[in-house]
Amino acid sequence: MIVLGAVTLAALVLSLLADRRKTLAGVRKGVGMFVSILPALVGVLAGVSLLLAAVTPEMLRDLLGGSGPLPFVVALLVGSVALMPGFIAYPLAGVLRANGASDPVLAAFITTLMMVGVVTLPVEARFLGWRAALYRNGLAFAGAVVVALGMAAVLG
Amino acid sequence: MAPWVPLAVALALWLWSAASGSFDYGRRVGAGLGEFAIEMASFLPAMFILVGLFDVWVPRATIERHLGRGSGATGVFWVVLLATLQAGPLYAAFPVAVALWRKGCTPANVFVYLGAFSALKVPMLTFEVGFLGWQFSLVRTALSLPVFVALGYLLERLLPAAYEPPSTANGKGS
Repeated sequence: MIVLGAVTLAALVLSLLADRRKTLAGVRKGVGMFVSILPALVGVLAGVSLLLAAVTPEMLRDLLGGSGPLPFVVALLVGSVALMPGFIAYPLAGVLRANGASDPVLAAFITTLMMVGVVTLPVEARFLGWRAALYRNGLAFAGAVVVALGMAAVLG
Repeated sequence: MAPWVPLAVALALWLWSAASGSFDYGRRVGAGLGEFAIEMASFLPAMFILVGLFDVWVPRATIERHLGRGSGATGVFWVVLLATLQAGPLYAAFPVAVALWRKGCTPANVFVYLGAFSALKVPMLTFEVGFLGWQFSLVRTALSLPVFVALGYLLERLLPAAYEPPSTANGKGS
């Protein structure tokens, strides 16, 4: 995050030195995109907060900690719907593992969490279009299954 | 549904929990909202300014040559490298993906970029190694990379040849 800020600042200063008018046009464009997408994004994130608050870490622990195919399926579904910053998701994954969740289950959870965003679909569709957004999420879900099965094969 | 409805509901529940001091669901809603607010504020403004600058400075020919038709494995290498060096939530990568797409990056490379962004970011991997160990991280990464490169190409084939991202993504005009 600090790196991103530093890179942006450096790019901005260099750009200003090279061409002020061009820089202004670029920044205006970036800010315009940001402002146009912000309301939809805030709505989605508030909705996710309402949804996620209903699921406690204890519930996830019980659902994902068991054996058999059920924790695997739950991990894929919960991961697809949920949306979490990495600094929340990884500590949670550590807790889940300590409570008996297997590595393939954790891989299914993390991969769908990062790649599949059912609730952010409206935001994604505004950028990529509905068709590409739906295809991308569907294929990413399939990819997460492949990765998790691979984890099971490699790590046992 | 208007986007401010869930926000208003979430804020009301959070305020209620703060006032009553014993409403756990509301407290968790507030905590979640706070985390998302921090994440958004840390990544999005910088990301959108970079996308804006990219748009005015980088010539279309440059992107077409390195990430466009015929860029092959080198193109894949560049988008994966670009994605792994970034940080932030996937929704922060969508504006970058669209900017690349409009400048002549192939759809396959756009989706490989999104795949690598979500699964192989280096800042995120350090977190992963810390909490789940290097073995987990290494195997997951080694499995994810080929899977998401393959999916990128598959996705390009599934979309119509003339498919383009909607112009609404571009803020004002193009």
